[in-house]
Amino acid sequence: MLSAEYLAVIVGMGIVTYVPRWLPLVLLTRRRLPLWLVEWLDFIPASILSALVVPYLITTGDPRHLDILRPELFVAVPTFAFALVTKSLAGTVVVGMFLFWLAGIYL
Amino acid sequence: MQEEKVNGLSPDRRERWGPVIKDGVIAAWPICLGYAPIGLAFGVIAQKAGLSPLEIGLMSLLVFAGSAQFIGVSMISAGAGFMPIVITTFMVNLRHLLMSSSLAVYLRGINSGWLSLFAYGVTDESFAMNLTRFRDAEWDWRRALVLNHTANGAWIASTIAGGYGGQFIPAGAFGIDYALIAMFLCLLVFQLRGMIYVIIAAIAGVLAVVSALVIPGDSYIVIASTAAATAGLFFRRAGFFKKQERESC
Repeated sequence: MLSAEYLAVIVGMGIVTYVPRWLPLVLLTRRRLPLWLVEWLDFIPASILSALVVPYLITTGDPRHLDILRPELFVAVPTFAFALVTKSLAGTVVVGMFLFWLAGIYL
Repeated sequence: MQEEKVNGLSPDRRERWGPVIKDGVIAAWPICLGYAPIGLAFGVIAQKAGLSPLEIGLMSLLVFAGSAQFIGVSMISAGAGFMPIVITTFMVNLRHLLMSSSLAVYLRGINSGWLSLFAYGVTDESFAMNLTRFRDAEWDWRRALVLNHTANGAWIASTIAGGYGGQFIPAGAFGIDYALIAMFLCLLVFQLRGMIYVIIAAIAGVLAVVSALVIPGDSYIVIASTAAATAGLFFRRAGFFKKQERESC
């Protein structure tokens, strides 16, 4: 069953995802973003991805506490290295999953 | 409004859609291949979080953003409210602002209806593929549009398939829980285009851990990334790290 609450969440997610995709296409040939904003936005992907991944790898629990002896972190090292070398999104996903699966069996 | 420039449209209008669709679909093939395992993994995780295939498909249709959907599902299953989920989604997908900005250079003279349809399919992967192709000069906006929507179709289909198949896959099977982190690790690698990005990512990581330990909830993502990006802007303006990328948009 579709709840109204869930629909509201995905419509909200859809709108805030669509607008940044749409706005520059419609506006940009006439008006450019100020340079500082473009430069600031340029740092956002690296910042957000790091802010998402690092806490997941070295903290756990609720309330959160540091824990660096987790398979999530051990697997991340070769997975990251694989991504650096191959630059393959699909390959990295498959290798990361495989290593995490192995870690679950042997650790 | 001056986007109704007919001269920008008429050369394309003469070509029939047949070959255009063929070219677009063929070019989208590597993206579809890459989306399949991620879409399946998303479907499985979403199903385990209690979402039905219909709910999964609707999210893929309305949002069409891999990382944001993973985060959305994990926040939904953690009981997060509407505003935290929507704000986090917005922050995660702000990067599309830059991608659409660089794509706009190749989409001049196209009417706003087509542009709006095109915008829906701007993702990391379609952006990278289309921008590369546009530089080859044999590419045009209609082929790019077909590529976007082919990738979108593959994404929706694979997430729904994962939602059905998920019932038969036991918890932890095939390391599927790690698909999200592996994807983020690789997307992070794509972002490390020079020393300044490595420094900024390191700052964001440290700030995220510190604020995650101190502040309950998920606000650490927004706090750490905006602070780190601001630091990056400061560093660049102060001339600490010279631009090392060969080209920027």
